[in-house]
Parts: sequence; structure tokens; C-alpha cells
Amino acid sequence: MSNPLKCDFCAKGATVHLTQIVNNKVHKVDLCEDCARAKGVTDPGGFSLADLLLKASLSPAPSTGSIRCEQCGFTQSDFKKHGRFGCPACYDAFKGVLDPMLDGMHKGTLHIGKVPRTALARRSLHERLTRLESELTDAIKSERYEEAARFRDEINQVRQATDRKPAS
Amino acid sequence: MTVDSLIATPCELTDVAASKSAIVLMTRIRLARNLAGRPFPGWANSPQRAEVLELCREAVAATSPMKRSLVVSVGELSSLERQILVERHLVSRELMGSTQGSGVVISKDQAFSVMVNEEDHLRIQVLRAGLQLKKAWNAIDELDSALEESLDFAFSTSLGYLTACPTNLGTGMRASAMMHLPALVIAGQMDKVVRAVNQLGMVVRGLFGEGSDASGSIFQISNQTTLGESEEDIIKRLGSVLQSIIEHELNARGKLLDADPGKLFDKIGRAYGILRNSHLLSSSEAMNLLSLIRLGVDIGVLPDAQRPVIDRLFIEAQPGHLQHAQKGEFDPGQRDLIRAVRLRSEFANFASPDFTFPRDGRN
Repeated sequence: MSNPLKCDFCAKGATVHLTQIVNNKVHKVDLCEDCARAKGVTDPGGFSLADLLLKASLSPAPSTGSIRCEQCGFTQSDFKKHGRFGCPACYDAFKGVLDPMLDGMHKGTLHIGKVPRTALARRSLHERLTRLESELTDAIKSERYEEAARFRDEINQVRQATDRKPAS
Repeated sequence: MTVDSLIATPCELTDVAASKSAIVLMTRIRLARNLAGRPFPGWANSPQRAEVLELCREAVAATSPMKRSLVVSVGELSSLERQILVERHLVSRELMGSTQGSGVVISKDQAFSVMVNEEDHLRIQVLRAGLQLKKAWNAIDELDSALEESLDFAFSTSLGYLTACPTNLGTGMRASAMMHLPALVIAGQMDKVVRAVNQLGMVVRGLFGEGSDASGSIFQISNQTTLGESEEDIIKRLGSVLQSIIEHELNARGKLLDADPGKLFDKIGRAYGILRNSHLLSSSEAMNLLSLIRLGVDIGVLPDAQRPVIDRLFIEAQPGHLQHAQKGEFDPGQRDLIRAVRLRSEFANFASPDFTFPRDGRN
């Protein structure tokens, strides 16, 4: 932070300075009196900095420059402004900025817990089908009819398994 | 019999169970889910939001708990209806503020609600009376799995369910309990509890979540982190934190009864008098007085049968419900009059407090 006396949320002078150590990392937030009250900060021990840190931790990242999500056009400055991402793909685009941030925010950095098995299985079948279809097209184009027949059979098998109607 | 000997006397097991669940008013779990390949609601344009709303509403309404459910867009709701849903904890204030392309599906029994296009595409919620973390999790897990049959959720094997805000990443789960902690408030120990709970990775908030005050001595305790821990473990950890808060509240009640029963009885007696006789009652005053009456029931100076009535009044004395019952909109001054009329009539039939045999709710 270039000017430690400025509030992280508005331009006013900061009079409240919070420090929290999470996972051996020091996180600091500077606030003016009004913002401190508005955010409900009364006691550093009795208040979690997660939400504040979310915004503050992005400011000291000049080396990364301006990252942009190719999928939705969301930029780093958008994130600084909203504190939310633009789309699921932003998690890949902003990985470099996000990873150090997650360290102090959560219990761990790897998901342990429920997995949407049905949806994932459906997605992987769909991907397999798409791949087979493009291979089938290629095989027909290059007149490899024996292979094409094999791909066609495989496609039919997958479709039967998923009870899917033939893709148009 | 003295207070001391009374506290030392064991009571029926059922009594213990009843008074323990009395401290936890309600259990709530919500899951944040998003559709793969689509911008989050805060970044989506109107057609994109409308499309997600349509898709999600259809999928949600088709699940079995949502048979004959309420399916509405926020824009179709009157401001009073919105307020009532917020007061019942069925929707968030944030959702009610976004009239464009947002909606909600609420089950007939009000146990389930699914908000569409709040901060995330889907906010799936289950509500249960009392302390029922395990049951609530099983119920919401089932609904979530049913939705997965027809919706492709944004999910990463390393980061879990992808949410608009990284603070919800992973399980996307926020499990919480609404706790009535009057003795800790009276004893001035809430600050200490909040600090301790925070250190355990849990958050304490007021009745209506972030930034709301804790009138009625009602607090929401929920998990803060969502990534790096399984749903079951989060629930287990929250459960043990809740148990220890219950323990502290019971201790505080015992101490209040021990050290200065007159002071506590005076508070309860006065609350009863005001609720029975006042002509102007603000929402927050009513909440605080009802909280004392509820404490009176818990310590046995008022009959147990009155607890459900008080819990109902906690909800019905709020501005939205009050105006809805009167079929009109009133300014706050008029509301205080109406509220007092309502509470006077309810309390006219209440038994008077009997301070002869109080108990601390433990045994």
C-alpha cells in the first residue's frame, strides 16, 4: 500500500489499522473511522478480516499487471471494485492472484467435499461424444471407412448409455 | 425450596432435551451453486440473467420437495410481500433488492427455498426448527443432487463449486444456527463469546445476517470458511461450537439465578407488564421484551406451552407481518400502535409469571 494513512475503502485518512495473522501470514487493513464503523469493526479479535482482505489483498499485486478473463471480459480492476468474479472461467484467468489470497481465507486451498458426480459424468460423456464425432468426420473425410465404422459404433454405444437422442 | 437446591435437583430427560433445543431457534443451511459456462449474476446482462432464471426455475420447480411450490420473480412481489419473505428468512434482502431477472422458489412447507440470480445463480436453502444440522444437511444434499440431474454446475476438482465470491468457494456451504442468548447478553459476555467463536473459524451475526443488530438477543452463528474441509466436517465443527455456546448460555443463566435472582425476575416481570399494558411498541423493543418472556419460559417462571406463541410473535411482531395482518401500509408510528394492540391482546391470555420455582434449564 503506497499510502498507509489512507482508508482502503474511501479516500479519507485511516485511523483504524487492523492486523490479523492467518496461516503465518500477516494481513493488514487500514480504515477511516466511518468505514470502520460501517464494517462493524470494533475489535480486531472479534472481527474477521476475510471480506476486507479480499479487496485489500489484490492491491499489492503490481507485477501481474491487468489480467482479463477471455471468457467474460472481466478485469482485475473489476474484481477490485466488486470483490466478486465475472464467471466460472475467471478462476483460471485470475489463478495467480487468487491462490495466495485463498491461503489466508479458507481452511485449505483444495476442495474436500461433495462432488457433482452426475453432472461431471454427463459432462465427460458429452465431451467423449463430441470428440468421437469430430474423429468420425475426420475419418470420413480422409476415407478411412473402417475406422469411421468403429467410431460410429462407439458413438451409438455412448448415446444408448446416456439415453441421448442423436445430436443434430 | 431454594434456587440452589432446585438447580441441583435432576429433572426428566425430556425436559433437558426440550430446554436445550429451546436455545437454538432454527437451523439453516444454504448452498451456493452456479451454472457452468455462464457469467455470474452480478456480471451477466439482462438477457443472460433472464435465461438463467428460466432454466433454474424450471429445474427447481421440477424437484420433488418443490411440488406445488411458490415460484415467483422478485418483480412480481409487492414491497410488503418482499418484506415478509425476508422476515421469515426465506429470501435475502439482497435478492429482494434486485428486481430484474431474479426469482425464488419456496416449498409449500417453507422448509426449502431456492433463490435464483442472487449473488450466485442458485442459493439453495433449507430451514429446520431447533438444532438439526445433520437432518438439514441430508435434506439439502438430496435437493442439490436432484438439481444436478438437470443442471450443469460450475465445478473444479481442485477448487470445488465455483462461486461469484471466493469466500464461498469449495463446498459453497454456509450452515448456521439462530440462537437465543439472553443470559450471555445480560451478563455482558457476548463480546467474549463472539471473539472465541471467531477464533474457531465461525462467525456471529445479528438476526438478519450481515450488519443487522441483535435485538431480541438472537444471534446467527455460522461457518466462515468453505474450502479445504468437507461438508460433514464443517457441520461437526459448527455443532460442537454450538454445543459449547449452549453450555455457556446455561451457565450464565445459572449464575444470574444464583447471584441476583431479583434483578432477573424484575426484568421478566417488567417485560410481562409492558407487553400486557403498553400502547406503543417499537419492533426492537418488542423483540427485547419477548426475548425476556422466552427466557422466563426457559427458567420455568412461565409455562412451557407459551414458548411457541412467543416464537410466532418474534416473527409476527415485525413490520412486514404486522402490516400484512392489518392489510395495509402504515408509517412506523402507526405500526408501533398496532404492534402494541396485537401484543396486548396476545398477553391478555398469558398466565402471569410465577417466580417461586425457577430453574436454569439444565436439569
